[in-house]
Amino acid sequence: MSSMVLDAGKILLIFAVFMQIPPLLIYLERKICAFIQDRIGPNRVGPFGILQPLADAIKLITKESITPKNVDVFLYTVAPLFVMVPAAISFAVVPVGADVKLWGHTLQLQIADFHVGILFFLAITSLSVYGLTFGAWASNNKYSLYGGIRSTAQMISYEVAMGLAVICVLMSSGTVYLREMVFAQSHTYFGFLPAWNVFHQPLAFVIFLIAAFAETNRLPFDLPEAESELVGGYHTEYSGMKFAMFFMGEYMAMISMSAIMVTLFFGGWTLPGVVDAHSTTVWNALLSVVVFGIKTGAFLIFFIWIRWTLPRLRYDQLMKLGWKVLIPLALMNLFFTAIWGLRDQIF
Amino acid sequence: MSNQKLNVREPWYIRWGILGLLKGIALTIKHFFRPKFTVQYPEVTHTPLPKEEAHQWKPRGQHRLNVDEQGRVKCVACLLCQTACPSHCIEITPGPAPEGYGDRDKYPIEFKIDMLRCIYCGMCEEACPCDAIVLTDKPYPVTYSREGMIFNKEKLMQN
Repeated sequence: MSSMVLDAGKILLIFAVFMQIPPLLIYLERKICAFIQDRIGPNRVGPFGILQPLADAIKLITKESITPKNVDVFLYTVAPLFVMVPAAISFAVVPVGADVKLWGHTLQLQIADFHVGILFFLAITSLSVYGLTFGAWASNNKYSLYGGIRSTAQMISYEVAMGLAVICVLMSSGTVYLREMVFAQSHTYFGFLPAWNVFHQPLAFVIFLIAAFAETNRLPFDLPEAESELVGGYHTEYSGMKFAMFFMGEYMAMISMSAIMVTLFFGGWTLPGVVDAHSTTVWNALLSVVVFGIKTGAFLIFFIWIRWTLPRLRYDQLMKLGWKVLIPLALMNLFFTAIWGLRDQIF
Repeated sequence: MSNQKLNVREPWYIRWGILGLLKGIALTIKHFFRPKFTVQYPEVTHTPLPKEEAHQWKPRGQHRLNVDEQGRVKCVACLLCQTACPSHCIEITPGPAPEGYGDRDKYPIEFKIDMLRCIYCGMCEEACPCDAIVLTDKPYPVTYSREGMIFNKEKLMQN
């Protein structure tokens, strides 16, 4: 009974913390953008402007939520949920910390340890394309529709490359359990180099990283919302809280993507010499969560940094990169990984 | 010569944009740590010239009515500023000077400036024969009503 209470508390805690990060990211996004452009950024609301996300939230909640005349009201209302909810659910499979023993119960710091693991993550994140397409279609607006069509084409193209990159990692680690994958990366080579998958599969990591940018609709792949061509893309007609949900969904997808990249390629919450993977003390668990947070945060900052560095790709360049570069590279990587895995039988 | 140069095939890291990507990343991180250009406007006014030459450039903000050493307003209600003003924002109500004022016949009973109409050109300051009205470097006023933007004599003397 009490283990169920502990589990429920763990789920609530992870979810609550997860929901607090998007506002923080919006603040960071604005601040880093400003710094890169030699500006100061928001600094009026609270010390250093840290209450700015709160002010934004109040503004968006109190704003009128306009539903234009000729929209499909049901899809129009449901579309933002389809973006936000999958992004939030997909975080469930990410292990955020080491096991911890509390009042005689061993607690896994992971909401759900599915048999399908990483496949669940890929399946759920793919759902968010429905949100963009529904929103774009229901808006009954040519710019929105263009955005929706682009997002569909882009997500389908890059999902292939991403899946192939993940297969390479699965082949070299031999499991789809994210939890076991983290444990497998907890030892070191030569006493100092962490046994992270990024050193086994550098090419798969690069492909996954590029595909992750495309999947989360971040620059340089933000063609679905390309504000300089399509007004606002799929969210042109949205305002108020519905727009805010699209916005939150983008940032949540970024967090989930960063977390999964850390788990797949950078050893999750482990760090040799700092976190003991097989210890169950509270102190060790806290340390592991901090390590996980720092790694994920580094990726999030990298996402933002790239956004304010690179210009948007042209549509044909996007398709060319996806189909003619990333997928062949991923297939080649898969082929050589397979040969390496079967070297004992072949040679 | 130039045709020959066009035919040169660039190395793969340039053609694939990898060098450009790395250069871009390096550039943005360099700018991240640079000093910022932003001037926190209402608190700090922008002085584009270095300090030694700053006297050549004078910001034009809210007006001030100067007072003499006895605390009386310097203005003699000659209406030259009102005449010079291109946007007709100055409204002076002249009147005979009180008894104690030995040096002049007239003084302004009321002196109103509509800060919404004012274009801060500084021509009132140029027209004034006795340096009574000057433009300070105080930023443009902000209020919640149009009436609040009409400054009277007391307010202008405090500026």
